[in-house]
Amino acid sequence: MIRFLFKGLLRDRHRSLLPFIVTATGVMLTVVFHSWITGVIGNSIEFNARFAAGHVKIMTRAYSENAAQTPNDLAILGTDTLLNVISAQFPEMDFVERIYFAGLIDVPDHTGETRAQGPSMGMGIDMLSGNQAEIERLNIPSSLKSGSLPGKRREVLISNAFAEKLGLESGDTLTLVGSTMYGELALYNFTLCGTIEFGTTALDRGTVIADIKDVREALNMDDATGEILGFSRTGYYDHEEASLIANRFNKSYASERDEFSLIMKSLAEQNNMGFLVEYSGTLQGILVFVFIMAMSLILWNAGLLGGLRRYGEFGMRLAIGEGKGHVYKTMLLESLIIGILGSMAGIIAGMGISFYLQRYGIDLGSMMKNASIMMPQVFRARITATTWYIGFIPGVFSALFGTMLAGIGIYKRQTAQLFKELEA
Amino acid sequence: MNDEVIIKIEGLKKHFPMGSGRFTALNGIDLSFGRGEFAGLIGPSGSGKTTLLNIIGTLDVPSEGKAIILGESVGDLSAGASASMRKSQLGFIFQSYNLFQVYTVFENVEFPLLLQNIDASKRKKMVLDALEWVGLTDKIKSKPAQLSGGESQRVAIARSMVKRPSIVLADEPTANLDAANSHNVLQTMEKLNRELHTTFIFATHDDKVIGYVRRKIFLFDGKVAKDEKIEQN
Repeated sequence: MIRFLFKGLLRDRHRSLLPFIVTATGVMLTVVFHSWITGVIGNSIEFNARFAAGHVKIMTRAYSENAAQTPNDLAILGTDTLLNVISAQFPEMDFVERIYFAGLIDVPDHTGETRAQGPSMGMGIDMLSGNQAEIERLNIPSSLKSGSLPGKRREVLISNAFAEKLGLESGDTLTLVGSTMYGELALYNFTLCGTIEFGTTALDRGTVIADIKDVREALNMDDATGEILGFSRTGYYDHEEASLIANRFNKSYASERDEFSLIMKSLAEQNNMGFLVEYSGTLQGILVFVFIMAMSLILWNAGLLGGLRRYGEFGMRLAIGEGKGHVYKTMLLESLIIGILGSMAGIIAGMGISFYLQRYGIDLGSMMKNASIMMPQVFRARITATTWYIGFIPGVFSALFGTMLAGIGIYKRQTAQLFKELEA
Repeated sequence: MNDEVIIKIEGLKKHFPMGSGRFTALNGIDLSFGRGEFAGLIGPSGSGKTTLLNIIGTLDVPSEGKAIILGESVGDLSAGASASMRKSQLGFIFQSYNLFQVYTVFENVEFPLLLQNIDASKRKKMVLDALEWVGLTDKIKSKPAQLSGGESQRVAIARSMVKRPSIVLADEPTANLDAANSHNVLQTMEKLNRELHTTFIFATHDDKVIGYVRRKIFLFDGKVAKDEKIEQN
C-alpha cells in the first residue's frame, strides 16, 4: 500500500510537486531567517565584545563603578603576574590588557605651536608584540583607510574622519594631552602611521589606537592596565560560560571591603548589554515562532487545498471499502513523506544560502553611517546546531497539521456526501 | 438466480434536511433481491434511485425502516463494519468511471485487493483475470486518460468485480457512453452476472440498460410504482 501511495505521489504533481515546493521554500526561508537573526544579534554582541566589553572583563571594583569615565587612576596593578595566573586558572579564555583613555590631541605646526586640536577617545592595545590577535579582533587591517599599521614604538592610528578634521597625514606628529594614572599632566608625542574607518560613528568620531606600551608610558601606567578583557576561545559569547567563569573569579578575587580588589563582569553585566543578551534568545524565539506560524498557515492552506481537491478520490476510495481512518492515515503519511523530503531540500538550499551569508555577509555600512551605537558594518548569518533542524518544524509539522485539519472534512462529511462531490 | 435473499428492505424511508423542513427521498420502500439478480431501479431524476442505491451500498443509512444487506442491518453497522462490507462484498460502478487518473489500468483494478492485503502473486492473477473478463489485458499499462469511455467503464467494471463481490451497484453506468459501447459494457456485465452469479442492481433511466435487466423496479417520488420481473427462457 505504501508503494502504491508513493507511486501516486510521484505521478501526481498537484499532490506532490506543489506541496514539495511550498514546503522546501518555507523551510529554506526559515533556515535562512534563523541563521540571519542569530548572526545579526550575535554580530552586534560580538562587535561590542571585541571593541569594549570582552566576553568577560576584569577591573578593580572602583574602576568598574565608574567604568564609563575610564578612570585609569583606579587601574589594575601588577598585570604581568595577574595575566599569568588567570591564564592558567581559566584556560578556556584568552585574556588581553587594554587601556581606554580620553585626552586631547594637539597637532603642532612647524614652529611647535598648536595648529589644530580635538578631543579623542583612545585605546591602548597590544600591536607590537607580534601577536596579531588584538589587531584581528578589532578588524584593524581591513579598517585601514590610509597609511600602515604601527610597526614601531610611538606610531599611532587615528580615525580617518578625525585625521581629516585635524588636517593630519601619515608621518605627521601629534601630541596626546591627558592625565597620568597619578593625576599628573601627560604629554606624549606620537607619529601618525595610518588612518582607520570602522564605519560606525561611535568609533570613527575621534578614536586613537596606539600600542599599549606607548600608552603605558604616556599615562605612567607601568605594569598596570585599565581593564583585562577575556575572550572565549570558541569565538562566541556564551552567557552561561561567561557567568560561571565570572562567578569563579569573583569568589577568588572580589572583596566588598577593598575597592581595589578585582572584579570580573560578564558581557551581559556591562553597558546595558544584559538586555540584548537576555532578550536575544527570546527575540530570536519570537521572530522564528512568528515566521514558523506564518509558514505553517501557508503550508496548512496548501494541505487544505490539496485535501479538498481530492475529496472525489476519497469518496471513491471509501466506496471501494477503505475505512475513513485508513484514508486519513494515508493522507498523513503522504504529507509526512512530502514534509520530510521538502524539508530536506529546503534545509540543503537554506544552508547553502546561510553558508554564503555566514562567509561573505551583507555590507550594511551605508545604513550604519550615522549610527551612534557600536554596530558592525558587515552583518553575517551564523549557523548553529539549531539551524540544522529548525526548518523541520514548519516543514514537517505544518504540512502534517494542515493535512490533519483538511482531513477532518472526511469525518465531518457523510460518506454519501463525499460521494456526491465525487459525482459532481 | 437462486432463492437466497441477500437484500431485504422493509418500510425504508430517507429524509434529508431542507431549509427548516425536510425532503423525503424514499417513502416506504419494501423490496428484496436474491443472489444473481440483474435488476434495474428505473425512474426520473429525484425519484430516489441513487439514494436507495447508496443505502444498499452502505454509503448512507435509513431514516426509518430497515435495509438488511447480506444479513447485516445497514442502520446498525459501524463505520468500520460498513467499510469492511464494501471492501469485500460490494462493488460500485459510476457513470463517470471515477478511475484514479495517476494509476495504470492494472493498478486501478489492483486497488481493492491491496485493501484486502492479498499477496502480490495472487493479486496479480486476480487482476489479470478481471481484465480478461472485460477484454482489456492489452491495456494493463495504459493510464485512464489514454482509454476511450467504453474502455474506462470496462476498467471500472473490472475494478468492481476483481474482489468477486456478492453485489455490484451501478449508477447510470452508460450515461456517458455511446450506443455501441453501452451495449458492450452491458453485455460484459450480463456475462459476469451469469458466470459469477453476482447480483447487479442498476440505477438508470437509459432504455438500453432497461432492455438488459431481468427485473424492472420503477420508482416514483420515493415509492415503488411497479416491480416487474421478466421471465427468462
